[in-house]
Amino acid sequence: MAQVEQSVKDTLRTANQIPELSRINVASELLRELVAHLRQNRTQLREEWVTRISETRLLTAMTKDEIFAEATSVYDSYVEALETGTFEALQAYARNLSERIIPRGVETHEVVGIVLLLRDVLARSLFAKYQTDFKKLNRILDAYEPAANRIANTVAVGFVQERERVIRQQQEAIRELSTPVLQVRERLLILPIIGVIDPQRARQLTEQLLRGIRTNRAKVVVIDITGVAAMDATVANHLVQTVEASRLLGANVIVTGLSPEIAQTLVTIGIDLSKMNTVGDLQGGIEQAERLLGYKVATLVEPS
Amino acid sequence: MEVPILKQGDVLIATFQAALSDADLNQLRSGLVQRVVRFRSRAVIVDVTAMDVMDSFASRTLREIAHMIRLRGAETVIVGIQPEVAFAMVQLGLTLEGVATALDLEEGLAYLKQKFAIVH
Repeated sequence: MAQVEQSVKDTLRTANQIPELSRINVASELLRELVAHLRQNRTQLREEWVTRISETRLLTAMTKDEIFAEATSVYDSYVEALETGTFEALQAYARNLSERIIPRGVETHEVVGIVLLLRDVLARSLFAKYQTDFKKLNRILDAYEPAANRIANTVAVGFVQERERVIRQQQEAIRELSTPVLQVRERLLILPIIGVIDPQRARQLTEQLLRGIRTNRAKVVVIDITGVAAMDATVANHLVQTVEASRLLGANVIVTGLSPEIAQTLVTIGIDLSKMNTVGDLQGGIEQAERLLGYKVATLVEPS
Repeated sequence: MEVPILKQGDVLIATFQAALSDADLNQLRSGLVQRVVRFRSRAVIVDVTAMDVMDSFASRTLREIAHMIRLRGAETVIVGIQPEVAFAMVQLGLTLEGVATALDLEEGLAYLKQKFAIVH
């Protein structure tokens, strides 16, 4: 019984496969015809595409010659992707192109725009060629459209990925630059914070500070937030926690340079002010730290 | 594992080992509170360098030790809290408020020396 069922299934499967296979064959034959057409009219179509690009004012950051050179490469990669059905080469080219044009300020909408323009230009040429044979036009478009859409997708995704990679890289660079823990006196650290603090950066600051306290055997830390315009409640809370954690390591924390907005935030979230030692500016903070450490600064010569 | 309590001049020093059960902690608490008066100690240093995790029970016990020692007439310093442990504790709200802390044993002794002029 089971055998019979199996053979019935097999038959069904073969029956299903046959039209599918032939459909693929027909489609690839149509694609071949399409590719031949695109190769034949390369010069004219490419020119039309470039004209359309400048008409719609895309890629304004590039010169006409550059656009033409890139358009030629994109056109050839495009046709090749249509022909072979493999997108790796196109993907690599898209990534490479993105790498070159992102620093020049080319936007996502421009890249997507030019690929869609190419798709339109080619589709128009197909309309023109097969206008007498509507059925064939339909079949050709059936073969062309999915491939063209995939190409547009591939290029757009490649561009966005490259952009994201650049952004990630820059974020990393900023992060590395942004958290110096500096020793200014024996057992006195300062931590100047500049810019926007997001929760991730706040966490990193805390980690670096606590590690710095241990390695420098710091007794006093001055956290200067003059360069921070505002912080949200989460980050403000984190700052308070950092102060408390530093105390657990035996270090006194002095926070300097609180802006009115940050003071407002701290009051609004209702932190315990007895835990926070705050001084108006960095100079005052360092002076107080020196007092705590028992330093006394004296001028050697009386100013004349 | 019992926590050894060393007497060093006017100071009692208890050094935590890595894994302590709740029973060990209770034993440490009663041991310290008894001895601080018996030895007429002026201060207690609890060294937690070896602890890489601090749960709420351990943290609460530390605070209780500190407060009980104060009521018995001496000062407590917790030393050697690891940076990661410190931040984890703060996030859990275990800030050991009202308890003195120092970076390590040396710092703890220096702190007491400054505070009480304890001579070793």
